Amino acid sequence: MKQDYVLHLADTHLILGQRLGEWCGHNVVLEQDIAMSNIALDLLGQCRSLYQYAAELGGNKQTEDQLAFLRGERQYKNHLLVEQPNGDFAFTIARQFFFDVYHQLLCEELVKCSDKQLQAIAEKSLKEVRYHLTWSSEWMIRLGDGTTESHQRLQTAVNELWMWTHELTTTASYEEALDVPRPSDFKAAWHAKVSAILKEATLEIPAESTKQAGGKEGVHTEHLGFILSEMQMMQRTYPGMTW
Amino acid sequence: MTEQEIFDKKIDDDVRIEPKDWMPEAYRKTLIRQISQHAHSEYVGMLPEANWITRAPTLRRKATLLAKVQDEAGHGLYLYSAMETLGMSRQQSLDDLHSGKAKYSSIFNYPTLTWADIGTIGWLVDGAAILNQVPLCRTSYGPYARAMVRVCKEESFHQRQGFEIMMALSAGTAEQKEMAQDAINRWWWPTLMMFGPKDSESGNSELSMRWRIKRFSNDELRQKFVDMMVPQAEFLGLKVPDEKLKWNAEKNGYDFGEIDWEEFWRVVKGHGQCNKQRLDARRKAHDDGAWVREAATAYAEKRAQREATKKGA
Ligand SMILES: [Fe+2]
Ligand SMILES: [Fe+2]
Repeated sequence: MKQDYVLHLADTHLILGQRLGEWCGHNVVLEQDIAMSNIALDLLGQCRSLYQYAAELGGNKQTEDQLAFLRGERQYKNHLLVEQPNGDFAFTIARQFFFDVYHQLLCEELVKCSDKQLQAIAEKSLKEVRYHLTWSSEWMIRLGDGTTESHQRLQTAVNELWMWTHELTTTASYEEALDVPRPSDFKAAWHAKVSAILKEATLEIPAESTKQAGGKEGVHTEHLGFILSEMQMMQRTYPGMTW
Repeated sequence: MTEQEIFDKKIDDDVRIEPKDWMPEAYRKTLIRQISQHAHSEYVGMLPEANWITRAPTLRRKATLLAKVQDEAGHGLYLYSAMETLGMSRQQSLDDLHSGKAKYSSIFNYPTLTWADIGTIGWLVDGAAILNQVPLCRTSYGPYARAMVRVCKEESFHQRQGFEIMMALSAGTAEQKEMAQDAINRWWWPTLMMFGPKDSESGNSELSMRWRIKRFSNDELRQKFVDMMVPQAEFLGLKVPDEKLKWNAEKNGYDFGEIDWEEFWRVVKGHGQCNKQRLDARRKAHDDGAWVREAATAYAEKRAQREATKKGA
C-alpha cells in the first residue's frame, strides 16, 4: 500500500523529468536549456530517493532501476498530466506550472506527515520546488502578457491541458488508507494559486471541461507506452546487465 | 612605443590582452574565428549526446548524462560571452553558424548509435578536448583564458565519467564488450582528426603560435593524445583500430597510422553523415524559439514602461 504511494510519487517525478530531458539540446535559447535541465535533474534526483525508498518498502531486494525500468504501463502510477507530450514551449511551461503548483502544495503537506523518510525527501525537495514554481510562474506571466502570438499559444496550451489537471487533486485509494496528504484537500488552494497567476498573465481560466483521471491507478493515455519503450529500451534489450 | 609594440611586448612577456587593450585586427579576427568555432562546438556537441538522455540505461547514468550535456550548454554560454568582448554578438555568431559560414568541430557530425558511444565520447572526445583546451587556460586573450579555466575543470569530470562507462562495459558481458569495441572502432580516427590538419598543412597555426593563442601544434597534441589513450584502451581490454600502432622507444611515444585525410576534408566541408541533421536541429531550435524570445523582450519592455509610469505618477 505504502509502496504504491511512493511509486506513484516516484513515477510522476521520473516521467516529467524524462519529458523535460527531451528538450535538452533543443531548447529555445541556451539559458532556458540550462534552466529546464536543472528542473529535470531535480526531478530525477527526487525520483531516485523515492524509488530507493519504494525498493526498501518492497523488501524483495529490488533496485531503483528495476522499479523504473522493468515495470510496464499498467503498473506505472504517474499523473496523466506529466506524460502529455512537450508540444511547443508554451505547452511545456503550462504543464510545468500546473504541476509545480501541485508539487509545492504536496511537499508543504508531506513535510508534516508521520513517515520520516517521506518527510526528509519532501524537505529536500521543497527548496527545489519553490524555485521551479517561481520559474514556471514567471514564464506564464511573460508569455501570457508578452506578444499576441505568445498569449494565444499559451492560452491554447492552458485550455488543452486543463482536463489533465483535475487528477492532480484527486485522492487515490492508497492515499485514503495512509497517513499521507490527500490531494483533494488542497484542491481549493491549487485553484486559487493557478487562478492568481493566470490572471496576472492576462489569461482566461478555462471553463470546466471533462475531467480525466486514471494514471494514479495505472490506466494511462497512449503516450506512456512510447515513453516507457524508449526509456526502458536498454534494460529490456540487455536484461540483467550492469551499466 | 607604438600600440603594436606595446601589444607585442605584452605577448612576449605573457601578459594577458584584455578587451579594452589595443590589438591588431588580425589578432581579433583569429580569436573570433577560434572562439566561435569553439563555442559552436559546445553548442552543436550537445546534440549527439542528448540523443541518449531518454534512453540511458540507469537512473544514475541518465542524471549524469543530462548534467554533462547541461555543462556543455554552460561552456557554450561562457564562450559566446567571451566573443561578445571582441565585439561579436551572440546573434551574429549564431547567424553565422546557421548559415554554414562558421565552423564547429567535425566530431559532432558522427552519429551516436549505441550506449557505448556515450562512454566513448566522454572518454576519447572529451579527452581530446582537454588536451586541446588545457593550454588555452594560458592563452593570451584574458576572457578566453578565464573561460577555459572553468571549462577545463568540468571537462575532466566528463572524461572520468566516460571512462567509468567504458569500465562498466569492459567488465560486463560479451555483448557489452563488443559494444565497447565497436564504439572505439568508429570513434578512434574521427577523434584523432579533432586536432586538425597536419602542421605542414595548417595555414593558421603559425600566427596563432606567435600570438600565443595556441601553444602546441596540432601534431604535437595528436601525439600526446595517442600516447595517453593507448594505455587506457589496453586497460579497458580494447583494441585500438590501427594496424600501424607501435611503441617507439627512441621517440618515447607511439608511431601510428595515417589519418584518412579525404574523410577529414569531406566532413569539414559538410558531407559527413550528420552535418545536415545537426545544423537543421540548431536552426529548428532557433526558429521555434523566435516567438518565445520576442515575447520575453515585449514583456520586459512592457514592464519597464509600467515601472516608469508608476514612478512618474
Ligand atoms: Fe565542453
Ligand atoms: Fe565535455
